[in-house]
Amino acid sequence: MQQKKFVLNEEDMDILNEIGNIGAGNAATALADILNGRIDMAVPKTILMKFNDIASIFGGPDNLVAGILIAISGSIDGYIMFILEDKYATSLLDLVMDDSQKRDTCLQISDIDQSALKEITNMISGSYISAIAALTQFDINMSIPYLAIDMAGAVLSLPITTYGEIGDSLLLMETEFFNDDDKIIGHFLLVPNLESYDKLLTALRIGE
Amino acid sequence: MEQIVFIGIGEYQIGVAPIVIATLGLGSCIGIAILDPISRIGGLAHIMLPDSSTVSDKSVRSKFADTAVVDMVNDMIRLGAKRERMVAKIAGGAHMFGLENDVLKVGQRNIIATKEILNRLRIPISSEEVGGSVGRTVHFYTENGKFQIKSVNSLVHFI
Repeated sequence: MQQKKFVLNEEDMDILNEIGNIGAGNAATALADILNGRIDMAVPKTILMKFNDIASIFGGPDNLVAGILIAISGSIDGYIMFILEDKYATSLLDLVMDDSQKRDTCLQISDIDQSALKEITNMISGSYISAIAALTQFDINMSIPYLAIDMAGAVLSLPITTYGEIGDSLLLMETEFFNDDDKIIGHFLLVPNLESYDKLLTALRIGE
Repeated sequence: MEQIVFIGIGEYQIGVAPIVIATLGLGSCIGIAILDPISRIGGLAHIMLPDSSTVSDKSVRSKFADTAVVDMVNDMIRLGAKRERMVAKIAGGAHMFGLENDVLKVGQRNIIATKEILNRLRIPISSEEVGGSVGRTVHFYTENGKFQIKSVNSLVHFI
């Protein structure tokens, strides 16, 4: 991998945040459709974060989370991750599955529940990515979704090791989704590799 | 009460018994615990990548299996430990998602690199719990050499 440093200026950050905003707006609509209710989102942020600080977003490195991963390839490469702390993932399932079950923890959920978490991520990721693809005219492919229900630190180890070869920080585009009564909080992360950030920025600067 | 020192990704810590060294949420990373039972000097490394030689930025030696183990062992020797008495225990190296791509199976590569460097330094591995698809939190008790492992689907246990 080529040696490269994180040199994003304020303008770059603005462009990336705007991409995130468009993608996440689309994704929020998709999520609201699935949940049949209103979904709010925090302003999407592009964050450069030290490896050892990232898990704090999800309650610390040994906190139990449901993490769904989709690899992206094509014009840009990297990962999408949708991560919910255990209690929020179970609330999401209680709401979506509409089977009057009350789930205690994701550690004991059924295969159908697992598929639901993957499919939800698939749908919101599709909305997010197609918005970005339309904006940049990129071809972006998505893998099938993969699920891990485990400690936050372990779930994050794949994107972290990808960036581990070039530094001690991860550059990610984060959006926090939450529903009306804060029973569900989910973090949607787009983690393009460094070359892909350049491509995104170039595509959008030319468009100006 | 013994002192517990927590280390992060790509860090290591050494100390004298009864220090307890711990690290949280190992995924594909590996926790490498080494003890000299006579001087009771021990160390724990949390490595994230197998090999510094293929990477352009080698500035942080403690994140690679090969360089982290060498540096930690040298630090332990400087403190009074003897390499020929050292014994290792290792945990981690999981493959968290079912992605098939070989390049991404960094957990497996970490396990191989860890065993290689320990073998090269002639430090035997007395027990291990590596691979699988589960995250692990580990505590290393230098007092008795016990390596405690906690994962989401098993009880706390020692290797």
